[in-house]
Amino acid sequence: MMTSQALDRREAVIALLKDRGSLLVISGLGSPSFDVHRAGDTDANYYLWGAMGAAALMGLGLAQARPDRNVLVITGDGEQLMGLGGLATIAIAKPKNLTIVVIDNGHFGETGMQKSHTGFGLDLARIGAACGFAESLLIEDLAGVEAARAQLQQAADGPRLYVIKVKAENLPRSLPPRDAIHLKNRFRSHLGMPVS
Amino acid sequence: MNDVGSSPTPNAPVAPSWPLEVWRVLKSSNVRQVSYVPDAGHATLIELVNADPDMVCNVLTTEEEGIAIAAGAWLGGMRSVLLMQSSGVGNCINMLSLANISRFPLLMLVTMRGEWAEFNPWQVPMSRASEPALQAIGVRTLRADKAEDLIDIVGCAATLAYEADQQIAVLISQRLIGKKHW
Repeated sequence: MMTSQALDRREAVIALLKDRGSLLVISGLGSPSFDVHRAGDTDANYYLWGAMGAAALMGLGLAQARPDRNVLVITGDGEQLMGLGGLATIAIAKPKNLTIVVIDNGHFGETGMQKSHTGFGLDLARIGAACGFAESLLIEDLAGVEAARAQLQQAADGPRLYVIKVKAENLPRSLPPRDAIHLKNRFRSHLGMPVS
Repeated sequence: MNDVGSSPTPNAPVAPSWPLEVWRVLKSSNVRQVSYVPDAGHATLIELVNADPDMVCNVLTTEEEGIAIAAGAWLGGMRSVLLMQSSGVGNCINMLSLANISRFPLLMLVTMRGEWAEFNPWQVPMSRASEPALQAIGVRTLRADKAEDLIDIVGCAATLAYEADQQIAVLISQRLIGKKHW
């Protein structure tokens, strides 16, 4: 599965977020937050730096609060594995405006590149399908990423899960702000809410 | 198999009125999202919120999911409440970093087990640890021992949470909920 043609994670995230329009984006801690920041910082991004397992579920809460907007969560395999039960909760909740993208390098990249469950063969896309996601796909090339990008702007019958296989590598970090209150306030301001 | 000590009760216990009052307080506080891990003490409230077309309900696989869902809802401008029993508090601790460091409003309604006429010893350790653990991670706890106080406390907790951006757990005492019937 991890061939020499495996995707570069940053290239994949940049391609996914190209012409993102009004997408609201939440990124999971570690490399996914760096990837999303590198693709372009905007007030419509909320970057997690901790709370491992939170990203997809924050996406659910946001998608339920704003059914008029499409919500995209970009996280890693380790982060999603910690929140595996969250896939069940999201599938049952059936939001039509939520897409979870797992950037899957098969490793815990921030802590010394130890192999993760997906690195040992666990297939997150099949778990998503078994939970009842409306669409749950394994993506291994840029054409697949481009096809996924087209879907992000469309309403679906239910939540979508795209697992994008990438090379395991530590790229130069692109650091978003770490002040979570700042990130919260600018995100809410972006949606027209005043700072309390 | 252990002897649970009693035969089924001949009459089902009369449903208490406080869940209806709590639901009304949540409505008047404009809470529109509810996440829960079921608990017998919350059963009536869970029925009420699920029957309410103006509330979005999420059943969770584990309590900490609700901390993240509430945070996402607040990002989008929606008020959320999280229902659990005391055994679920321990599951939430690291996830409460999110509410704490982001100063996300958080209202948790926690039914206590393991502290009053409890028959199951497994409920006791997390019951004892709930309040200190919540306080250690920065969540303020407000305890309700009587039904008439509970309504006032939930209303005040909602104001503290949603208006003052605080993280609040209302601990609903097992004495208030009453003995679990088997």
